[in-house]
Amino acid sequence: MSYSTQLLMTLPELVLAAGSIVLMLVAAWGGQASTKLVSWASVALLAGAGIALAGPASTGGVAFGGLFRADAFATFAKVVIYAAAAVSILIAPGFFQRTSGEDLRPEYPVLILLSTVGMGMMVSAGDLLTLYVGLELQSLSAYILASFMRRDTRSAEAGLKYFVLGALASGILLYGISLVYGFAGTTLFDGIADAYSAATSGSQHTGLLFGLVFVFAGLAFKMSAVPFHMWTPDVYEGAPTPVTAYFASAPKVAAVAMAVRVAVDAMGPAILEWRQIVIFASLASIIFGAVAAIGQTNIKRLLAYSSINNVGFALIGLAAGGEEGVASVLLYMAIYVVMTIGGFLVVLQMRGEDGEQIETIASLSGMSRTRPGLALALAIFMFSLAGIPPLLGFFAKLGVFIAAVHAGLTVFATVGAAASTIGAYYYLKIVKTMYFDEPAPAFAGKTNLVEGGLIAISAVVISPIGWLVFGALGTWSLVAAKALF
Amino acid sequence: MTGFPILSVLLAVPAIAAVLCLFVGAQGARWTALLATLVNLALGAWLWTQFQHGDGAPQWQFVEHVTLFKMGGVEFSWALGIDGFAFLLIELSLFLMPICIGASWLSVTKRVPEYMAAFLATEVLMIGTFAAQDLFLFYVFFEGGLIPMYLIIGIWGGVNRIYASYKFFLYTLLGSLLMLIAMIVMVLNTGTTSIPVLMAHDFPANWQTWLWLAFFASFAVKMPMWPVHTWLPDAHVQAPTAGSVILAGVLLKLGGYGFLRFSLPMFPVASVQFMGLVFALSCVAVVYTSLVALVQSDMKKLIAYSSVAHMAIVTMGLFAFNANGIDGAMMVMLGHGVVSGALFLCVGIIYDRLHTREIDRYGGLAINMPRYAVLFLLFTMASIGLPGTSNFVGEFFSLAGVYQVSTWTALIGTTGIILGAAYMLYLFRRVVWGDLTKDDVKAMPDLDGREVAMLVALAAVVLWMGVYPTSFTAPMHADVARLTQRLDSAAHTAAISDSKPTPGSPQAAPAHEASAHEGAH
Repeated sequence: MSYSTQLLMTLPELVLAAGSIVLMLVAAWGGQASTKLVSWASVALLAGAGIALAGPASTGGVAFGGLFRADAFATFAKVVIYAAAAVSILIAPGFFQRTSGEDLRPEYPVLILLSTVGMGMMVSAGDLLTLYVGLELQSLSAYILASFMRRDTRSAEAGLKYFVLGALASGILLYGISLVYGFAGTTLFDGIADAYSAATSGSQHTGLLFGLVFVFAGLAFKMSAVPFHMWTPDVYEGAPTPVTAYFASAPKVAAVAMAVRVAVDAMGPAILEWRQIVIFASLASIIFGAVAAIGQTNIKRLLAYSSINNVGFALIGLAAGGEEGVASVLLYMAIYVVMTIGGFLVVLQMRGEDGEQIETIASLSGMSRTRPGLALALAIFMFSLAGIPPLLGFFAKLGVFIAAVHAGLTVFATVGAAASTIGAYYYLKIVKTMYFDEPAPAFAGKTNLVEGGLIAISAVVISPIGWLVFGALGTWSLVAAKALF
Repeated sequence: MTGFPILSVLLAVPAIAAVLCLFVGAQGARWTALLATLVNLALGAWLWTQFQHGDGAPQWQFVEHVTLFKMGGVEFSWALGIDGFAFLLIELSLFLMPICIGASWLSVTKRVPEYMAAFLATEVLMIGTFAAQDLFLFYVFFEGGLIPMYLIIGIWGGVNRIYASYKFFLYTLLGSLLMLIAMIVMVLNTGTTSIPVLMAHDFPANWQTWLWLAFFASFAVKMPMWPVHTWLPDAHVQAPTAGSVILAGVLLKLGGYGFLRFSLPMFPVASVQFMGLVFALSCVAVVYTSLVALVQSDMKKLIAYSSVAHMAIVTMGLFAFNANGIDGAMMVMLGHGVVSGALFLCVGIIYDRLHTREIDRYGGLAINMPRYAVLFLLFTMASIGLPGTSNFVGEFFSLAGVYQVSTWTALIGTTGIILGAAYMLYLFRRVVWGDLTKDDVKAMPDLDGREVAMLVALAAVVLWMGVYPTSFTAPMHADVARLTQRLDSAAHTAAISDSKPTPGSPQAAPAHEASAHEGAH
């Protein structure tokens, strides 16, 4: 295969990487004034990268001797990631405009672009080192984004916390990678898979098992699955809201997709070993994410716990394994992203008189009377996150349950389903606050056209009208999942 | 049946009206809702004329089928179709809806558009539940009903409404999720989501046990059966009048419908296995909740507990596995739907005037509200099961059916009717008889035209069902026969009997039923 063909397979990453460097220069010379230009250019670049996916980038196969994989699985994840990244850029100007003392600077879209390149590498990696490089590129950009509001101590704290704990997790992951490399003799996924199927007992088996545990610990941190979730609420609360929306969506998809690929591609023969880990992480995330969310008073913290809870459900699909399991994970994440971005978009509208962000759940009181449209949208997102039909969140959960039952994990699915009742409680609490309680002072300011439009689109997609697109999405996720087998 | 997609239209009319309600003012929303429910009622009347029964009528009528999407190898289709059971329950929902809207006409004053939208959404989901022929579509409607009811209880309910709304939602959700897993297991092992196909499928006996229990977890909560009935009194007391009417009238029937549609035909062996459990729980419910009803000081709570007792007679009848029992259970469901709806309406009418549900605050209403007293008396008698009213037919059939299977259960079940007479008459005496001593009660005006219209409509149906029940048993006659035949061939239910009512062969049962019909005329 010629080098140029291989390069073509990475076209989306090339577009984004080159584009972000150019935009960085524009930002350096243009200064504050170039913010708008850089933002829109970044969105255009993301759209361009999305279009570039249509060519060899989605069908090319393996490039650079196995380091990079351009397949349908990566394409599915990338489309979701690009869309989420673009939305995160679009919602930033409004937020910073209303927040006094902090302005949006052109570095924001550039950092998101760089992190998107990293995520593209994560989901396309065919080698543990490509994976690690992609992960670090994504993480480093994310650390800076978390502390983007320099004068805000909470934001700085979030960035620092994220960095320290993220570095620890990277260390754990690297340690796992080194163990795997040591006992498998390669970092290529195919070679590792061979090593796992060859070594069924003895010291090599033990060594590989240790490596597997550490790799999964590192991955769990990136997905914020229990017991490696502790950074999530603090970082989500402290980071500027558009950044939180971003953290809860794109990097989450990337981390889960990466974990799926590592589990299935590299460690597929060891499914019985990692399945235990995934089942534990899944149930722990579902239950802990739900129980811990009950006492929260801050909406961003609540959504952070909700994201932990949701990763738990996505992991049900991974534990199931097989094409169906993987497809259900992809489907779950795609729908989750729409719901969670919608939720954060509503949070962005929570503004006081002088434009400061309000984050208490109590301030939502009676919003159904002061802002009926907004309240309806948030209610739809909450019921959908709780998995109540006829909203799409239900079908996402149904998908992972079907996969789990199909894989013979009926008891696991039953426990997961029963535990989702606990989660329903705190989602209901939000609806109760908005619809049952006496109105609190209304939020100031109007929803701008871009944000209002995005909220409306998310709500419509989640509503029963979304059934119309759901079929295509399901078929596509199955195609994507087949690429891994 | 091809042609006019009547079931989809029945769903579409309130769905469109619900969205419309949000965009018109309070008065506009009232009229929109009333109009939509009346249009649906008219369509229901047309459906009544079109529904075929008797020899040669197909089991499933008005069938529609569109595949929406496939997921994980599982199809999800817009599959609708009704048999006799579903037909009758849909008619009940269609009949009660305009009355609910009428009951809320003046008493609901805050956030009217949302209220009407929530009610119309409830109607869509209820009809959908009865009409669904796809397992997951059924679940979507069945569970989706939680959202509007949660809002109705929580926004327009009484003092303790928030606690009640949570309890209602979480109780029913937990039960249903276990059912969902069971549904997935069934679908993956048969490869179909079609309810009619699954109804004829023989699952291995040891599976049936588990599947039955999972479905039972859901239906027992919805029914509600003792000891998971505790959400019902809370939800009822806190719900607005119309909310109670629809809750008692239709939503409680979802559990019974579930047993009829799923538990009995799909898991006949397990049903027989658990017959004792159901009988035991029903017996406890009949006696216990009747006694609890006897000591209530809150009118709505009293009627709510009486609902639990009536539903226990339904479960008894269903698990008698014979034509009498199932016929009777359906008739109790229909009768209770109308009567308890009417009773809640009666409570709501005086609540609107005095704003209390404390029984002691009333007394002597017969003097200043004679029209009210007459109608309330009729519904009280119907609730007790006086011959000539709807509940007599149902309770008589159910208990006759149960008697063939278990005399002890029938004996205890019958005490429920005696206790029912006790608490209902006691309630009536305290509210309507006696001296008119309280000043604020003296000032209460009698029924106005709107209230008379609603109650008379209900009274007419109560008498119709009591005097000529054949109108209601005929549409389901063939379905009852199919169900008993299915139960007998799969689990030999005809042989279950401890009373030996008639010496001879099981063929005597239809003849017995026919003569019972005659007797009720």
